[in-house]
Amino acid sequence: MRTVVTLLRKDLLLELRALETVPAMILFSVVTFVIFHFALNRATIDGQLAAGVLTATLLFASMLAINRLFVAEREQGGFDGFLLAPVERNALLVAKSAALYMFLAVLELIAVPAFGVLLLGPSLGPALLGLIGVLALADAALAVVGTLVSAIAVHTRAREVIGPVVGLPLLIPALIATARAAGPLLAARTSGTPPGKWMAFLGLYDLVFALLAYAVFDFLLED
Amino acid sequence: MGPQRPAIELRGLTRHFGERTALRDVSVRVAAGATLAVLGRNGAGKSTLLRILATLLRPHAGEVSVLGEPLPKRSFAVRSRLGLLGHEPLLYRDLTGRENLLYHARLRGLPGARVEELLAAVRMERRAQEPVRLLSRGMVQRLAICRVVLHRPELLLLDEPRANLDPGASELVEPLIGRDAGATRVITSHDPQAALAEADAVLALAAGRVAFAGSPDQVGAAQLRQLYA
Amino acid sequence: MIGLAFALVFFYAPLDADQGFIQKIFYLHVPLAIVSLCGFVFGGALAIGHLRSGERKWDMRSYVAIHLALIFGIAGLVTGSIWAKASWGHWWVWSDPTLVSFLIVLLLFATYQPLRFSIEDPERQARYASVFAIVAGAFVPLNFIAVRAAQEYVHPRVLTLTGGNLPGPMRLTFLVSVLAIALLYLTFWKYEMAAKSARGQLRALRRTLLGDDAVRPLGRSAAPS
Repeated sequence: MRTVVTLLRKDLLLELRALETVPAMILFSVVTFVIFHFALNRATIDGQLAAGVLTATLLFASMLAINRLFVAEREQGGFDGFLLAPVERNALLVAKSAALYMFLAVLELIAVPAFGVLLLGPSLGPALLGLIGVLALADAALAVVGTLVSAIAVHTRAREVIGPVVGLPLLIPALIATARAAGPLLAARTSGTPPGKWMAFLGLYDLVFALLAYAVFDFLLED
Repeated sequence: MGPQRPAIELRGLTRHFGERTALRDVSVRVAAGATLAVLGRNGAGKSTLLRILATLLRPHAGEVSVLGEPLPKRSFAVRSRLGLLGHEPLLYRDLTGRENLLYHARLRGLPGARVEELLAAVRMERRAQEPVRLLSRGMVQRLAICRVVLHRPELLLLDEPRANLDPGASELVEPLIGRDAGATRVITSHDPQAALAEADAVLALAAGRVAFAGSPDQVGAAQLRQLYA
Repeated sequence: MIGLAFALVFFYAPLDADQGFIQKIFYLHVPLAIVSLCGFVFGGALAIGHLRSGERKWDMRSYVAIHLALIFGIAGLVTGSIWAKASWGHWWVWSDPTLVSFLIVLLLFATYQPLRFSIEDPERQARYASVFAIVAGAFVPLNFIAVRAAQEYVHPRVLTLTGGNLPGPMRLTFLVSVLAIALLYLTFWKYEMAAKSARGQLRALRRTLLGDDAVRPLGRSAAPS
């Protein structure tokens, strides 16, 4: 546990220092909203369409973070530094997933209100709590699968390509669940509660991939 | 003092990278507290050997015993007792020297005071608060050496330890990684004469195989020429 | 083995001579899809074997299983598309959850070989490929659940047809063709395994007889050696 905290502190410190990932994601998301406005030729969207646009945008923005997640380790010898330490290796998985989760949370803190202002028809107010719940589960999916895919991609030659190309199909079920869960929340008349079936599925997805990642991660690090 | 177990025992160590064999049938024994100089051209397998001893690579064949523990089975147990200085300093360029060392210290459960102690020893207390990317190579090397000895390892694996160090800095790090540091050492160097000067034993590699092994006075100028030809 | 597989494949043809040509595609499409999916999961299981034992031959088995399953899968997708055009007038229908999930699975496994190709160190390539195969294998059922749950259209679906409503002769034909395709898959699998293993042994032999330098390195490759 101490190891996870040490790793996480280091990663958060690095991000604060270099500010490479989170601002890029935020910028990307806002620009994408503008693009959607023109691509769909609509002033406002609501319901399932809105949920789809939001989810897809967050998914693609997360690819930026996923591509950069292990780059410092790879380029500045961070892997060796970690592997030489007498610590449990899965701590790296937990720490990186936690870092990615936090980046996504910060992203959504800004991107979701931006979405509400730029594209969303109905007000965010009544939907907010439900949406936070949905995104909390969705971020977990993105964090775990993203870390796993990033760890695989960082040792390949086509680093920035492999990440999204492998990660996106894997994340499709999570995308489906997130968009379907958020759909009713962003409709004109919403009850504010996300559909249970999709929340349950997201939870299941998170659990399965978390267990899978924990089981295989060691094999990605050893030599 | 009775005979101690050797710090390092290799028997028939072999390691491949794909179809290329980096190390083939390497055997050597290093006594506790002794210094082994590993000589050889670039690509002879020196770095691979060090990385295997450091538990970063697995042996593909042969037996490896480091500090009495067989590898790779007991890799986890032995990791806290050895230190590796490779070509990379293993420092994050955007963090300061102090932050880097504190990170490594916390990973190993060491107090911050130990970091300060080492920074003082290499006279980098002030410069350690700048990001590593702003430091000269000599200073980075000094920080890397601090990183290696943070946890007082019994075995030091040093790949070109004096690279980028001016004589003054070299003197500063001597008590940390030199003969009197008390650790068993395996050193590689591009300067065979310097390495031989501080070695108790020599291992010369050529294309992954042992070219010759013995004590420093057995190594003649002709052999060195052949090795580096 | 090959002879037996082909005999079975041709055996079914006389049975449905009285039905339209379109129906025959169905006997090709569904078995191909089923065998392909099983092939992917099979590949994942073999990959577990590789990671647990550390022996490269398991990785070879896993690679061949997945690579063949992908080929069978693409064939299944194409035949499915032909069938969709014939039955419903469109080359692609989003309302069929099985077809859609299948597309997603194929998209994922299509990245298997590029992934292998982009990792140069053969050991690492094998290990990472196995990790991928395991994760992707586990993904298959999750994906099907998700897509099925997402479909709200009421549409005559493929599997309800095969579920139990098949009349006698059609069911027999169907089962036989599943068996035939499965045997075909296994035959190809064994064949490719034998070919690769022979090549590997030949290279090893040449290396011991002629020395390391006489055997040219294979260069970058997606396949295990």
